[in-house]
Amino acid sequence: MLNKKMPLAVCFLAGVFGLVQYFSPHPMVVSTYSTLLDWVQIIFAFTLIVGVLSVFQMHFKRISRRERFWGFSIITLMAIVVMAVAGFAGGTDSGSVFVWMFDNMQVPMQSTVFALLAFFVASAAYRGFRLRNVEAGILLATALVIMLGRIPVGELIGDFVPASAEWILNVPSMAAKRAVLIGIGLGSITTALRVILGIERSYLGRN
Amino acid sequence: MTLCWSAYDFVGSSAADTLTIYRRNVGSIAWKLIAVAALSDESHLDDSVADGKPYEYMIVARGGDSSSNLYAGPVSASAQWYNAHRTTVLIGTLVCVLTLVAVTLLSRRNKPFYIRPIKGLEAVDEAVGRATEMGKPVLFTPGWGGDIQRPTTIAALNILRYVAAKTAEYRCDLYFPTHDPVIMAAAEEVVRESYIEQGQADMYNADNVFYTSSSQLGYAAAVDGVVSRYKPAAIFLLGTFEGEALILAETGNSVGAMQVAGTDSTIQLSFFMVACDFTLIGEELFAASGYLTKDAKILSSVKVQDFLKIAIVALLFAGAIMVTFGSNTLAEWIGRT
Repeated sequence: MLNKKMPLAVCFLAGVFGLVQYFSPHPMVVSTYSTLLDWVQIIFAFTLIVGVLSVFQMHFKRISRRERFWGFSIITLMAIVVMAVAGFAGGTDSGSVFVWMFDNMQVPMQSTVFALLAFFVASAAYRGFRLRNVEAGILLATALVIMLGRIPVGELIGDFVPASAEWILNVPSMAAKRAVLIGIGLGSITTALRVILGIERSYLGRN
Repeated sequence: MTLCWSAYDFVGSSAADTLTIYRRNVGSIAWKLIAVAALSDESHLDDSVADGKPYEYMIVARGGDSSSNLYAGPVSASAQWYNAHRTTVLIGTLVCVLTLVAVTLLSRRNKPFYIRPIKGLEAVDEAVGRATEMGKPVLFTPGWGGDIQRPTTIAALNILRYVAAKTAEYRCDLYFPTHDPVIMAAAEEVVRESYIEQGQADMYNADNVFYTSSSQLGYAAAVDGVVSRYKPAAIFLLGTFEGEALILAETGNSVGAMQVAGTDSTIQLSFFMVACDFTLIGEELFAASGYLTKDAKILSSVKVQDFLKIAIVALLFAGAIMVTFGSNTLAEWIGRT
């Protein structure tokens, strides 16, 4: 009974306090809220250890069982250990081995993954703008106007091109965006209230 | 201490648009500069005062050769329990809470509310069934942008519960990579409980719910790696996504997975629409829990969103009509936070 009611009670109290603190500038409320946020940071720091242990455990199992792609697990574990040892032994100041590895290995690898976006945007745009039906045709025509309106060629064709692009972005596009945002806002509010009031319990893994 | 002014207080300096705010202790001669504000701000919060100590304020507006000074005080600050500037938000919050409670209580007496069919959620069963038939796993990831405090993450975990129950029922593998160890811990609990409820506790594999990296592109690379290696037949991209959205969706597309996506970011929604088979737009992501479980109480809270939407549209109309006739009262009242 206690392990079912306790998380709901904690959730209710934390949720109600989160609401109340928004409306109260009293120093006692502000300092209590600040302490709660510190607790969140401390809990997060501990869960990070749990996360890293989970990575170790998972990859060790894969290596010991010689599961599919176990070679990648060796590389992952080696990368974690080497970076950690470099950080603890040589520090993380400028010029250290850790920073050198970060700048010359991790940053280029991250840039590579980010650079994939250029190709993915092209392939997604190709699929999205293919002229398959009336709706796709409207989407294609709108995209053409927006793209022409954003480059110098658009102005050469006529002032109406950038003006049309601006109108599309500021009127129909903005209206649709705000409608979606209102839906998201209301959805967020009702989900949060459901959780605070204990109506929603699926996230706890039980009804 | 909040200082308030209007443009009419500084008629002596017609061209002034910047104000210099000074403060001094009562009995002291020297003024201390505490802030520079715009005339249009109409207020300034001085949060560096001590409670109970009397102060005097001077606001100077300089425009061209002329200047105009406004004096206030002596005044002293005292701790307030309620911020009156947020009354509008408080009223809005109370309306939401009371509507939710009232509609939920009413739902106990009446038959459940009708919720229109949502294609993206109808596709969940189909996606898991497809993965089972193909003998491939299902992948569910909540994106890099969220944490456990976000309603979007909670909504994603609610859908995960249903998806996990389906994968347990169909005896299909489910992978859940995440960037946040707290989400990982919550997801482990959700998946484990779903497997137990379906009587498939032996099938639950704790290693399939795993932490990848807190770095955005490290997370994207890790999830891409899982997708490329294990080639899931169904991918659920539900949660808070940022720049990694298209990287994940296009990789999923390249392995031929059936993809169901949904996020609270309007920018990433457009990427999901072109790269995924089904996209949950706006409130659809938050309606999923009630829609999938058919729980009357949750369904009624979903219906509350519709009632609140009607109220918002009515306010928008009223505000537009009032502004058209030259009154900004409602617009300014709503804009106060």
